[in-house]
Amino acid sequence: MSHLLDRLNFLSRKNTGTFSGGHGVTTNESRDWEDAYRKRWQHDKIVRSTHGANCTGSCSWKIYVKGGIVTWETQQTDYPRTRPDLPNHEPRGCSRGASYSWYMYSANRVKYPLIRSRLLRLWRAERTVKTPIGAWAAIQEDPVKRAEYIRVRGLGGFVRASWDEVNEIIAAANAYTARKWGPDRVIGFSPIPAMSMVSYAAGSRYLSLLGGVCMSFYDWYCDLPPASPMTWGEQTDVPESADWYNSGFLILWGSNVPQTRTPDAHFYTEVRYKGAKSVVVSPDYSEAAKFSDMWLHPKQGTDAALAMAMGHVILREFHLDRQAEYFEDYCRRYTDMPMLVRLVRKDGHYVPDRQIRASDFKDKLGEKNNPEWKTVAIDRNTGKLVAPQGSVGFRWGEQGKWNLEQKDGKGRDIDLEMSLIMDDAHDEVAPVAFPYFGNREHDHFQGTDHDSVLVRSVPAKKVKLADGEALVATVFDLFVANYGLDRGLEDGTTARSFDENLPYTPAWAEKITGVPKDQIITVAREFARNAEKTHGRSMVILGAGLNHWYHMDMNYRGIINLLVMCGCIGQSGGGWSHYVGQEKLRPQTGWLPLAFALDWSRPPRQMNSTSFFYAHTDQWRYETLKVDEILSPTAPEGPWDGTLIDYNIRAERMGWLPSAPQLKTNPLEVAKAAAEAKKEPKDYVAEQLKSGGLQMSCEDPDDEANWPRNLFVWRSNLLGSSGKGHEYFLKHLLGTSHGLLGRDLGEEGRERAREAAWHDEAPDGKLDLLVTLDFRMSTTCVYSDIVLPTATWYEKNDLNTSDMHPFIHPLTGAADPAWEARSDWEIFKGIARKFSEVAPEILGVEKDVVLVPILHDTPGELAQPLDVKDWKKGEIDPLPGKTMPAVAVVERDYPNLYKRFTALGPLMDTLGNGGKGISWNTEHEVDLLGRLNGLVTEEGATKGRPRIETDVDAAEVILSLAPETNGEVAVKAWEALSKNTGRDHTHLAIPKEDEKIRFRDVVAQPRKIISSPTWSGIESEKVCYNAGYTNVHELIPWRTLTGRQQLYQDHLWMRAFGEGFCVYRPPIDTKTINPVIEAKSGGRPSVVLNFITPHQKWGIHSTYSDNLMMLTLNRGGPVVWISETDAKTASIVDNDWVEVFNANGAIVARAVVSQRMKEGTIYMYHAQEKIVNTPGSQITGQRGGIHNSVTRAITKPTHMIGGYAQQSYGFNYYGTVGSNRDEFVVVHKLDKVDWMEGPYRGHAGQKEAAE
Amino acid sequence: MTGFLNTLLFGIYPYIALVILVLGTVVRYDREPYTWRSGSSQLLRRKQLVWGSVLFHVGVLVIFFGHLIGLLTPIAVFDAIGVSHGAKQLLAIIAGGVAGIMAIVGATMLVHRRLFDARVRAASSSSDTLIILLLWIQLALGLATIPISMQHLDGHEMVKFMSWAQGIFTFNSAASVYVADASPIFKTHLFLGLTILLLFPFTRLVHMLSVPLRYFWRPGYQVVRERNHRAPRRRLTAE
Repeated sequence: MSHLLDRLNFLSRKNTGTFSGGHGVTTNESRDWEDAYRKRWQHDKIVRSTHGANCTGSCSWKIYVKGGIVTWETQQTDYPRTRPDLPNHEPRGCSRGASYSWYMYSANRVKYPLIRSRLLRLWRAERTVKTPIGAWAAIQEDPVKRAEYIRVRGLGGFVRASWDEVNEIIAAANAYTARKWGPDRVIGFSPIPAMSMVSYAAGSRYLSLLGGVCMSFYDWYCDLPPASPMTWGEQTDVPESADWYNSGFLILWGSNVPQTRTPDAHFYTEVRYKGAKSVVVSPDYSEAAKFSDMWLHPKQGTDAALAMAMGHVILREFHLDRQAEYFEDYCRRYTDMPMLVRLVRKDGHYVPDRQIRASDFKDKLGEKNNPEWKTVAIDRNTGKLVAPQGSVGFRWGEQGKWNLEQKDGKGRDIDLEMSLIMDDAHDEVAPVAFPYFGNREHDHFQGTDHDSVLVRSVPAKKVKLADGEALVATVFDLFVANYGLDRGLEDGTTARSFDENLPYTPAWAEKITGVPKDQIITVAREFARNAEKTHGRSMVILGAGLNHWYHMDMNYRGIINLLVMCGCIGQSGGGWSHYVGQEKLRPQTGWLPLAFALDWSRPPRQMNSTSFFYAHTDQWRYETLKVDEILSPTAPEGPWDGTLIDYNIRAERMGWLPSAPQLKTNPLEVAKAAAEAKKEPKDYVAEQLKSGGLQMSCEDPDDEANWPRNLFVWRSNLLGSSGKGHEYFLKHLLGTSHGLLGRDLGEEGRERAREAAWHDEAPDGKLDLLVTLDFRMSTTCVYSDIVLPTATWYEKNDLNTSDMHPFIHPLTGAADPAWEARSDWEIFKGIARKFSEVAPEILGVEKDVVLVPILHDTPGELAQPLDVKDWKKGEIDPLPGKTMPAVAVVERDYPNLYKRFTALGPLMDTLGNGGKGISWNTEHEVDLLGRLNGLVTEEGATKGRPRIETDVDAAEVILSLAPETNGEVAVKAWEALSKNTGRDHTHLAIPKEDEKIRFRDVVAQPRKIISSPTWSGIESEKVCYNAGYTNVHELIPWRTLTGRQQLYQDHLWMRAFGEGFCVYRPPIDTKTINPVIEAKSGGRPSVVLNFITPHQKWGIHSTYSDNLMMLTLNRGGPVVWISETDAKTASIVDNDWVEVFNANGAIVARAVVSQRMKEGTIYMYHAQEKIVNTPGSQITGQRGGIHNSVTRAITKPTHMIGGYAQQSYGFNYYGTVGSNRDEFVVVHKLDKVDWMEGPYRGHAGQKEAAE
Repeated sequence: MTGFLNTLLFGIYPYIALVILVLGTVVRYDREPYTWRSGSSQLLRRKQLVWGSVLFHVGVLVIFFGHLIGLLTPIAVFDAIGVSHGAKQLLAIIAGGVAGIMAIVGATMLVHRRLFDARVRAASSSSDTLIILLLWIQLALGLATIPISMQHLDGHEMVKFMSWAQGIFTFNSAASVYVADASPIFKTHLFLGLTILLLFPFTRLVHMLSVPLRYFWRPGYQVVRERNHRAPRRRLTAE
């Protein structure tokens, strides 16, 4: 009754007995207090959800709700079972996910729509007398008014506004921009659809209906390994983590499984109990190192050298001195090793040119369809030249021969010759030149003094081509020569023993990497021996540690070569396990129509972010890397002039890379002009581009007509996490205070771009409006003009998948969105509705001219087979879709945008659906959706179409249309592929034909997806998901030039930049230290270190890095890690505040001094927000930056290649990537810790402080 | 001081203070059991705490019991056992003085720590800071009464306070008259003392009531609490 009265029992006996000889006592006092602990864990309900943090964990969680409030979360344990011999998936989850609910009711939560007060004041003043569009125009067309709110971005000043008001501002801005500059000036950045597919689709559907641009992310994050599309024609496809358990030998290389793949790490532990051997390659003593039987710690950034030396050992012992039968057979069938490469003379020796094609022969080897896309090899049985089936030429324009059966185009059985080494097989031994880059000077990386051109003997054969006699060699023979292996051909530059110091022997690698050669030999030998005995069960788990270097392709291809030469790709328990980012959107083909509004109009506008931000944050104006620093000494003749952006511009012009904005002229006007000129739009555009009447925007990114104007950021923290060159973003894109320390090429008087127009005064503040949707006040929110409060991951309905496990499972609303928050779907729906109200003032039904790059997995990928020709230079005519971007006209119904947003459009009935080069009919599914979601009954443009009103409706669209979640569609998809390959694959899906996974099913329990031809692995009772499995076991070709795993990259630009074959390339010199070290750190104890940004333990990217629970575990704010030796040099002790800077900007953080670190490196765990516990930098006068404050994106020309089979553009598939590990920084102790907590002193005040 | 104010402060206010002390404490114990704690800041900083706290607590305990016994023991008892008023006064001055000095030295350290140690300060509620300041002032006032007491070592002043205190507890409506002409320092000391009693339920002082003295004589190291048979069974029977 009362705690006090209950205790007023002095007269009653409390002790009722003793035990243990009086050491224990039993009492009868009240136990009511125990209820407090019981109630602590009581709850009203449990809801299933997950965390959309771009975490491959993709763990299903129980969310507990009590009194309408989410209280805590625990791991779900109900994943579908695995096989009897395989451990279960659970438990999945980690401390980060377990702390998520803290966000929901924390001070960081964005609770109301927020807007920059200066903008709101301007808006309200104008809006009293003007229409919404008139008001927005009045603000934008007055430079003083525009500057008033732009200049204070990031400096606070938010006020609340109503949803109605902010939606009107956004809608007016979008409509105004579309009319005045073009819809492709409205940009949206949202990453990783797999983490919350519906939320991604909400924004991208709105933008796609508008004609806006969706930005790529996988390449920008540098999670995309370009080596994968190069080798396999596949963005990324990897084994699930359960497949680790099937492995016999695991190398963990630049990946930190326990820290960054926490919920999967148990499979690694378990397989070690089963007896698998484990080698960990990591420069620092990482958490993963404890998993190892052998820990190799090469110097950071030299992994390619290590991989090349291992390849050297394996080739010597398993391919040359002894031919392992399994390896040889695998390489013959599944790789391009037997293909013939033309050798051409250059500087007194030969260099490998492109692979010869059927079209090179007079009779075209009898091939009529695409002979220039059919590669050629020698048949061992007959000694004749044949064009084997499966090459990309067989993929398009004919059916039934695109497979990996050992047949040629005529259907004759063949057996390909891999090597011409036997005396009777070659006509001569050719001296072939290979480039060597390991001798290039670098202040911080050890090189060797071998020649830049290594001439090695290669057995070659003379063949008669249409243009005369030519010398050819097999890829295998060149490949072996490239590895520096002596084959008794007496050239003096190849090694007989592993101890010779010649590239790429283990002794040579020891000099470069610091790893003892014995260890290299042991690991290589055991890796291969295991693969030979188990038929490919050797696996490499690799990740960002390798992929974030400028020359990541070399690190990756070095390892891919190991796997391929040991026959591990496509074999259970073996293969290439690249885990960087939650890129696996399993029901991708079902999601695409919803996300890009393909049900209403095609094609959508998509852009590769790296090139976009490189141009539009003006990082190109500061480019220090010159082309001749990366050009190969064996490069074919060519001008090879200009700067990196020039290559990007050429690539956009030639249709290789996408553009955004696309044309300097508003695309809504271009169609009109074409109509007036009475021309087909594509002909009109081609002709006008040639004559100069139209100009591509990429040629002048700083002209105001080409600026991006409106930017939406949702599900992302672009400015607090992924924005490489953070300070450049602040200065040029946002126009606010920044910490940039370097000077641009104009000020430095260095060589400027040839193709890009130079403005002496670079623009500051290209964006008119930055809108961010988030549930927490991230760094990006802080810099935005409008912040919209979105639902947390426990407040909305959505879908989630990962590459680490085969399940699809949901996010579901445990509670309604708190305060005024709304789900992303509802937010964009609201903006769309407002847009349809506001836009008709200036926009009606418009024709929009869209430029589309030459796309992979379309017939267009057979665009430029033999040579590179630039129409701008008059080398060829501009032919849309062939030598320049394709030109499409899309009808935009702006007044009906909202209606279209909320209904499934008619193109699904008429055009069907598909992906990765195949397509199928979807009438059945559209009918199903109409009955499931209901039909639109309101009069108007969408009457009778299936509704997509709610987020659950949207999820059902994805699930119904995707083969992975609808068995009927899976069978249709396999049937479609079977037609191409001429082999029946439907057996992979027929047992599941009647299975249809719906949203409520995945709410009940995660579901395993159905095998689909979108992916190269299968779900079955016998094997785990493993990439390349269907290529090897179903003989479906890889989607490359040869249809096989492409180890020789023969595109002109690949050869020019020395990457035809894999080579070791030291990190590039970014030249960011010397311009600042004297001026900013002169005389102070300091140290120059390599700046590395691995993934952290206390956050998933920037999420959780501002979460109190995680901050408590990690010093409560930004930290950097340095070695004890380096700390001593700079007189730094543990927990000191330090400044970390270079020409790009400065960071302030606390130093963690640790023995674990390798000397010469500094780790700043990626994406620690600068909004928590970050003092000011004395150097910049600004608050210390994020990790990307000291980085700058540097593009690589080989990533711009397009129009060439697997090297054709695809959204997030190929393109420039934002590498950042080659960067160096100066580190010194911070003298004075200034929290900069005064009131705003005006923009000028800030600047003075900086000076 | 007017008669009315004197009556209000020393005749009526004591009852207000005592009622709030008792009722406030009971209500807090029942309604907010989780706020019932000493609020130790030892975890944040040990520095100054051990010396400060021990000196303060030992001194204050002596003073507390000295006041309790000295004020509330009926005068007749002292007379009966033959303790003269002068001797009692002297005892009070010496014992109280020594304990008072210990307590104020300790309190000074605690105040300094509470105000100037950034961590402790950040973790302090305003009531934490207020009560230690009040206690410090009260100790200073108590020590300041010593010179006055020295002027009348015969103890007659002291008897007035005893009469007043006992008058309050015996509902003597004229109790306040006993202290009407006492020195202002004494009066302030009395008033502040009553105020501290009034504030008691709202501060960390409640921990005084929860000193685990039972541990000194409780048998057994391991305590097993029986299922409470009188309380209704809430648990479902096993099937």
